[in-house]
Amino acid sequence: MHVVVCVKQIPDPAVPGALDAYNTLQREGKLILDESDSYGVEMALQLVDAAGGGEVTLISMAPNGEVSGLRTALAMGAAKAILVSDPALAGSDALGTAKVLAKCVERAGGVDLVLAATESSDGYTGTVPAQMAELLSMPALTFAKHVEVADGKIKIQRQTEAGYDVVEASLPVVVTVTAGVVEPRYPSFKGIMAAKNKPVDAVTAADLGLADQVGWAGARQEITGVTQAPARQAGEKIEDDGTGFEKIVGYLEKLKVI
Amino acid sequence: MTLNTVWVYAEANGDKVTTATLEILTKARSLASTVEAIYAGSAADAVAAQVGEYGASTLHVIDPGDGLPGQVAAAGIATLAAERSPDAIIFAQSYDGRDAIGRLSVKLDRPVLTNGFGLDVVDGTLKFNTAIFGGTVLVDVATSAGAPALVAIRPKSFAAESAGGAAATVNTLGATDAGRAAEAKVLERFEEEQTGPKLEEAQVVVSGGRGIGSAEAYKPLVEELAKLLKGAFGASRAIVDAGWVPYALQVGQTGKTVKPKLYIALGISGATQHLVGMKNSDNIIAVNKDGEAPIFGVADLGIVGDVHKVVPALIEAVKAKS
Ligand SMILES: Cc1cc2nc3c(=O)[nH]c(=O)nc-3n(C[C@H](O)[C@H](O)[C@H](O)COP(=O)(O)OP(=O)(O)OC[C@H]3O[C@@H](n4cnc5c(N)ncnc54)[C@H](O)[C@@H]3O)c2cc1C
Ligand SMILES: Nc1ncnc2c1ncn2[C@@H]1O[C@H](COP(=O)(O)O)[C@@H](O)[C@H]1O
Repeated sequence: MHVVVCVKQIPDPAVPGALDAYNTLQREGKLILDESDSYGVEMALQLVDAAGGGEVTLISMAPNGEVSGLRTALAMGAAKAILVSDPALAGSDALGTAKVLAKCVERAGGVDLVLAATESSDGYTGTVPAQMAELLSMPALTFAKHVEVADGKIKIQRQTEAGYDVVEASLPVVVTVTAGVVEPRYPSFKGIMAAKNKPVDAVTAADLGLADQVGWAGARQEITGVTQAPARQAGEKIEDDGTGFEKIVGYLEKLKVI
Repeated sequence: MTLNTVWVYAEANGDKVTTATLEILTKARSLASTVEAIYAGSAADAVAAQVGEYGASTLHVIDPGDGLPGQVAAAGIATLAAERSPDAIIFAQSYDGRDAIGRLSVKLDRPVLTNGFGLDVVDGTLKFNTAIFGGTVLVDVATSAGAPALVAIRPKSFAAESAGGAAATVNTLGATDAGRAAEAKVLERFEEEQTGPKLEEAQVVVSGGRGIGSAEAYKPLVEELAKLLKGAFGASRAIVDAGWVPYALQVGQTGKTVKPKLYIALGISGATQHLVGMKNSDNIIAVNKDGEAPIFGVADLGIVGDVHKVVPALIEAVKAKS
């Protein structure tokens, strides 16, 4: 079984974000593996294991030839990666990104399953996987909180408002996984050492035949204004001395909640 | 000057149209002279009555069979859009809404404007607002890709107000070939038993975070208090990721947006990604043992204390009153 996992490399979410002169997110410096994608990587490794053989290929689009996030996922056990990095990609929107990633899936070849997260941590448009599925003419099984593969078919539990739906399709498909679908492993020391020598196929937008459909021009949208959101005022704060709950009761009564 | 025609992708749970859909319909009335809805599902008549009441003149109905509604719908919407050229198609930033807008954007080769919380027409063009950095920075976005603009709006961005309209005219669309997208089949539906109001609709929401200490503590602290206050219960992402509660309960940037009369945060630090989902609540109460926790920055009443002491005492006191 050949599983491709979308792996976004993002600025450390713990560091406050900033906009650059073009009003896009600053993505300079070291990038890390988006934690949301670590679930897809783990899921892929487990599915390949359960299938009794196969391979996990990572695909990523990132500025400045960034590989640190990919190395983390390779250290977890993925076999190889395709990295699309090209100044021409700056300013790409979700559709442009999906076009690039779909071409990567084709480049990977013989793919049974494409995994992605339900949304990325920095952009969180949450549409790239469905767009990619449409470009690849594949079904998209989204919001999976449980995944099983058997006999060329995939079955997931799809999160819904009221509970979950059991959804099935024949491979190949695109699946998006929610956080917590599996417990991502920590890379072992051996894994980290091995990752240094795993192949990363570096390509440009032109290599994928997409030069004029991505980047600023391809996005066809523009930020016309940026303002600070009004902040909410803090109210009363008290130290609990054993009677703090009475304060809450008083507040609830004032609101006529009780 | 407003737009001519705006379509709204309508979603329903069973035969009840979602609140997010009604919110968008309400907004759409102020954007265009004609508002129409598109629905993929089997409760056309009930949906037509509700979307009509909120201002849609026509309901275009697609039969999704046992496929995923959003994904099958994209093919039908693409065909209809090619015939009728609406100015914009608006979706909820929901499970099915995201499936539909994603596939449709490829079919129509249009960008998607997602996570919107504001939408207006200024000088005849659509002005779209979204927020970044945990809702602290607001950005206006304009698209130059031409009609139809594809927009996804976060629930709770607008208030739903009935227009008192008559049922929408039902237009049943012929089958469109959705290709392999239609191959994903829903085999079974599981509804987890839900007592009390839904998270997005409740007047009171009680949420728990990592500070409650364990999965076992969720029921006696968070659920119990929510039930007593006739409210819904929610969670921070930390305890969703830890597997203590399902994703459907997550409040925040990558979860639900709530706007109740009262939000109670128990053992939640108040990361910006959590705040973006609840800081527009009318009143906020927080219990956290760390006096420096950012949640106190938005709380109307903050109790610096241990949830294991404060909440059981609170529950007893509320019980004693009722
Ligand atoms: C891209 C992205 C998207 C995200 N989306 C979301 C989202 O949608 N929703 C969301 O919630 N988070 C989201 N997060 C995660 C967010 O950044 C925080 O990590 C998360 O909200 C923390 O959850 P928490 O407050 O429960 O846990 P913590 O931050 O660990 O806080 C626990 C709190 O409990 C307090 N505490 C501990 N013990 C007790 C006690 N006995 N009594 C009282 N208080 C106690 C501590 O003082 C602490 O403040 C997102 C993160 C990223 C990067
Ligand atoms: N630049 C990228 N490189 C690799 N995967 C990506 C990229 N952008 C998005 N994805 C995948 O698509 C998912 C949804 O992204 P988004 O639509 O941006 O929220 C992410 O969680 C990733 O799995």
